[in-house]
Amino acid sequence: MTRRQILPILAITLSLAVIAGCKKKPAPQAATAPVATAPSPVAQLTATPSTITAGDQVVLSWKTTDANSVTIDGIGTVPSVGVKTVTPTETTTYHLTARGDGGSADATATVTVNPAQAAVAVPENNQTMTEEQMFKANVQDIFFDYDSYDVRTSDNSVLSKAAAFLAAHPDIKVLIGGYCDDRGSNEYNLTLGESRANAAKKILTQDGVAPNRLRVVSYGKERPFCTEETESCWQQNRRAGFSIDGSAGN
Amino acid sequence: MTPLVRFRRTLRAAGLSWAAVAILGFVSVAAHAQDWVHIGSNIPAGNQRIRLAAAGMKPVGNDPQTPVMKATFDATLFHDLSSAGIFDMVAQSMAPTATPGSPQEINLAQWAAAPANAAFVAYGALSATAGHLVVYGWLQDDRNTGTAPILTKQYSGDANDDQARSLAHQFADDIIGALGGGVRGIAESKIYFVSARGGSKQIWAMDYDGENQHQVVRSGILSLSPRISPDNSRLAFASLGNSGWSIRMYSFDLGRFVAFRPGVQGGSNLSPAWSSDGQHIAFSSSRSGDPDIWTCDTNGGNLKKLTAFRGPDVSPVWNPRTNAQIAWVSGRTGLPQIYIMDTDGGNVQRMTDGGYAISPSWSPNGQFLAFSWNRKYGPGAPGGQDIYVMDIASLRWLQLTHDSGSNDFPSWSPDGRHLVFERSINGRTSLWTMLADGTEQQKLTQTGKDFMPNWSWK
Repeated sequence: MTRRQILPILAITLSLAVIAGCKKKPAPQAATAPVATAPSPVAQLTATPSTITAGDQVVLSWKTTDANSVTIDGIGTVPSVGVKTVTPTETTTYHLTARGDGGSADATATVTVNPAQAAVAVPENNQTMTEEQMFKANVQDIFFDYDSYDVRTSDNSVLSKAAAFLAAHPDIKVLIGGYCDDRGSNEYNLTLGESRANAAKKILTQDGVAPNRLRVVSYGKERPFCTEETESCWQQNRRAGFSIDGSAGN
Repeated sequence: MTPLVRFRRTLRAAGLSWAAVAILGFVSVAAHAQDWVHIGSNIPAGNQRIRLAAAGMKPVGNDPQTPVMKATFDATLFHDLSSAGIFDMVAQSMAPTATPGSPQEINLAQWAAAPANAAFVAYGALSATAGHLVVYGWLQDDRNTGTAPILTKQYSGDANDDQARSLAHQFADDIIGALGGGVRGIAESKIYFVSARGGSKQIWAMDYDGENQHQVVRSGILSLSPRISPDNSRLAFASLGNSGWSIRMYSFDLGRFVAFRPGVQGGSNLSPAWSSDGQHIAFSSSRSGDPDIWTCDTNGGNLKKLTAFRGPDVSPVWNPRTNAQIAWVSGRTGLPQIYIMDTDGGNVQRMTDGGYAISPSWSPNGQFLAFSWNRKYGPGAPGGQDIYVMDIASLRWLQLTHDSGSNDFPSWSPDGRHLVFERSINGRTSLWTMLADGTEQQKLTQTGKDFMPNWSWK
């Protein structure tokens, strides 16, 4: 046996001896400890941005510890850590409750919703909205999970609304930007952003938008919407963003 | 029953978890892991380094520039030799006090004796005369005093700081070449990189030791992924324009951009890579609807698509020894992993077993891949993004950076003994070098806005 083989085996033998030794020791407090010292749950909830115009999206992101069940009023039971995109039509306070063995904890986040400037409530005034404003109200950005370029099921309706708007406005060409959060490599994120924008393009195409009206550019992590190192900020940056393609002359 | 199964059962019976075995196993592997890195990268282990003395140059004449040039030359030469990775340098305080200026003036026995204990000594004479700088350099074996000097060289240039450093780099590379198994040093090499210090991300370059930092191409738009051609004549990089990402080619010979048609056609074109013969370019392009790896001749002909899986494919790099294989990053199974394939797209082999693995760089001798890896990537499990080196034949790997920031974009030095990489700490990103075993880490840039280094081929 070489010296290389002896060393790890010696180490294992030693640690076996240590573990065997540990097992022999009584553990008198172990049985009661979990109940007596169960930690109180901790809950955090943030909404980004906290002020929007009606029709815009808000990203709710939450984090809890030591909870068995987590609920958000109006949404229902949710995972202990998560992110969700919501589109409140009026000022809303989201209320999260985390319940665990050590008690419960609450967290709230309020989103102030300002009415859309161009009087959305009065449809006949639609023509006073600029094309840009109508575009923004109807063709909304979609967001992606961590390191994923699969369009979320919930965003299919966002894209079909966009496709309907584009069908009614055949002169508009669209630039789809692919964006990523700032973790990971520049190069890989550029291809990930490309795949995100392409995924959005593919669904719009299936919804009847001519491919030559849709131009894809990946920005990777080079043009972030938000620069904080938080999950809610990262979520803001994992998106396919839509804008009117002014440079499309062909 | 195989020995391994029997071993596991014994362990289970003993109540020892498999994880504990893995940790113990890893420790014993890591202890020996550096051996293969040292052998493959031609870095002697610490106690096998060559004991070398660098006597300061003897100043000749009374030109007031001479002492200034001498100071720059001596400091540069000592730094070059110290960071070569093969020498145990004699500290100045242990060197004999006399400064020899020629073979007639040196007392080799003095340098061979304690406390210097030098096996070899580099020495010479330097003079500045009317703006002209001349250096005579010798390298001599202290323990075979009857033999002729190993090196007898004359170096000359203008008497300015840049040239004094350049001459010292040349002397250093000659010494390293003579004593380092015929592999010439890297003191004359350059590092190309991206810097946002002026606002937008642009392509910059510097000497290998961080001196002489300057912007090399003004493109006016966001630029990434600089890759210098093997002959140092051209630079390929990716640029964001109104029509998206294209690969552009800048000629240093002509001082302007030259055509590279495959780099501007449709979709995002990213991460160019030169073959070591300078004949081919590999890159990532989404012209077919999905980011894939493509290759073409440097003149734009012979365009071929090598990959066809859905998902990101990016960051190709050629095996520089054979130019018959390409390593790259693919997200075909989810998180990005390092893969290798033949240049016809066949023989695809996955190299990393999980985590988030990006930015491969292939060692000059073809033996190793260096790359950036976060082995515990995922929400709620923030691992470190660190530089690793992997022996391709055995898939053994060694972690080179530990617990210091987020590390990415390793790039091999031409001698295969060093790596340059980017390290981001609290939103400030700097370029660092280290030996291929992870030791002797040195910070090269200070602006906090420097990225994506690429070491020149010579």
